[in-house]
Amino acid sequence: MPEILWIVIETTVKALAIVGGIQLMAALNVYLERKVSAFAQGRIGPNRVGPFGTLQPFADVFKLFMKEDIVPKNADKFFHSLAPVLSLSIAIAVWAVIPFSSYIDIGDRRIYMGIAPNVNIGLLFILAMTSVGVYGITLAGWSSNNKYSLLGGLRSAAQMISYELSMGLSLIGVVLIAGSLSMNDIVNEQLAWNGWKWNIFLQPLGFIIFLIAAFAETNRAPFDLPEAEPELVGGFNTEYSGMKFGMFFLAEYANMTTSSVLIVLLYLGGWALPVAPETLGLQDGSILLAAAHFGVFFIKVMFLLFFFIWVRWTVPRFRYDQLMNLGWKVLLPLSLLNVIVTALGVIFLK
Amino acid sequence: MNNTKNTEAERLTFWEKLYVPEIARGLGLTLREMFKPKFTRQYPEERWEPEGSYRGRPVLVNEESGERCVACGLCSRVCPALAIEVQASETEREKERYPLKFEINMLRCIYCGFCEEVCPEEAIVMSKDYELVFQGQDDAIMDKEKLLIPVSQLQDRLEFLRQYR
Repeated sequence: MPEILWIVIETTVKALAIVGGIQLMAALNVYLERKVSAFAQGRIGPNRVGPFGTLQPFADVFKLFMKEDIVPKNADKFFHSLAPVLSLSIAIAVWAVIPFSSYIDIGDRRIYMGIAPNVNIGLLFILAMTSVGVYGITLAGWSSNNKYSLLGGLRSAAQMISYELSMGLSLIGVVLIAGSLSMNDIVNEQLAWNGWKWNIFLQPLGFIIFLIAAFAETNRAPFDLPEAEPELVGGFNTEYSGMKFGMFFLAEYANMTTSSVLIVLLYLGGWALPVAPETLGLQDGSILLAAAHFGVFFIKVMFLLFFFIWVRWTVPRFRYDQLMNLGWKVLLPLSLLNVIVTALGVIFLK
Repeated sequence: MNNTKNTEAERLTFWEKLYVPEIARGLGLTLREMFKPKFTRQYPEERWEPEGSYRGRPVLVNEESGERCVACGLCSRVCPALAIEVQASETEREKERYPLKFEINMLRCIYCGFCEEVCPEEAIVMSKDYELVFQGQDDAIMDKEKLLIPVSQLQDRLEFLRQYR
């Protein structure tokens, strides 16, 4: 069979698997959030729907399907419908360059665990996509014909743009160390030192800056002023009901998952096993090794998701001017400093 | 605005100003809370049993010889929400009067307990029942059958009344 057909089949299967995976991860996130927040508050979360409440997110989504879809009278109908779709599709589009695991050798084909993890602009693509994600929220705020939604949407857009700068600059440190923008190369660089050359040890300041910026990018506490319920009556998603609201909800959790995955890949060693694979007798390219890598990756991502929820229920919310102050006057200079120090380090130590 | 005087004790230390150590302390507290026992009551399986002093819905006391009520109409007169309706009639028993019709409209009842306080025969008491669900407004008007409860089930309330009233 011609090569192109193989590539098409492979990509289609991977794309379907990834989209399905994102839906499942969003459902898992909903469940995890409710359970973890309940435990932190001294109560049990959902425990009636399914064993230990595991079917709760499906009940939630089903409820959202059944709700009436209300569009405000003078709202811009096209953009009102477009905004959640845009949010969700951007959240999914980022996954085109994210690897989950190392490669599998089947016959003479090398199948990478990700749609295009070897493309040499991987990280740049991710940054570009998160920048476009701002449009979804701005359009939502604008098209609702509601001054509170508009303010919420604008605030959220300003917040996301401000923190993208520090995010991008802290990523420069990672790129300098790996010498490439390709996601696979960045993770492979961290497999050295028996799987312990994590970027968090080489770039602690960059890690903290990226973590804080990730919280701000996903509009997640303590930076959730634009969508907090007591503020602005719900922010940019006030006028959304039914499945459109469900899509925003899903997009937020998909963004959270994406950010966790990025933090794991870029700073926490990706799918590096704690011991060198040779000692466990696993060869490169075997399915067993790929599965082990995926298992480690999944555990790390789960921990990061737990961390997101844990921080939400611990830290009080930032006021808007404190948020902007932090983004521009604290994180930006620190990330510039980080770039300079890393560049000097790379020149003199490599 | 805020009553702060910028004294030495009020200024943040260097480590506190970084905020990250403080956030880490907060995270530790939340994590510890996750492992403590939970306060949730699993409602339909675990119920809460009220004490004798609890004012649930009003019920008529039913002894072996019939109800205690003599249909004097005092409860109906004192009820602030006008929820009780009584119609008296003659009987051959020693007490001579009995209620032909005794209705309480549970949608009007405010569970104040005045009917229980004013009753000279201790014939109407506030039970412990708090789970009231109706399918329509007509179902909410309780007649004598629904209101009569055997005296053995009301001992807690009668004990409370004996002791405190």
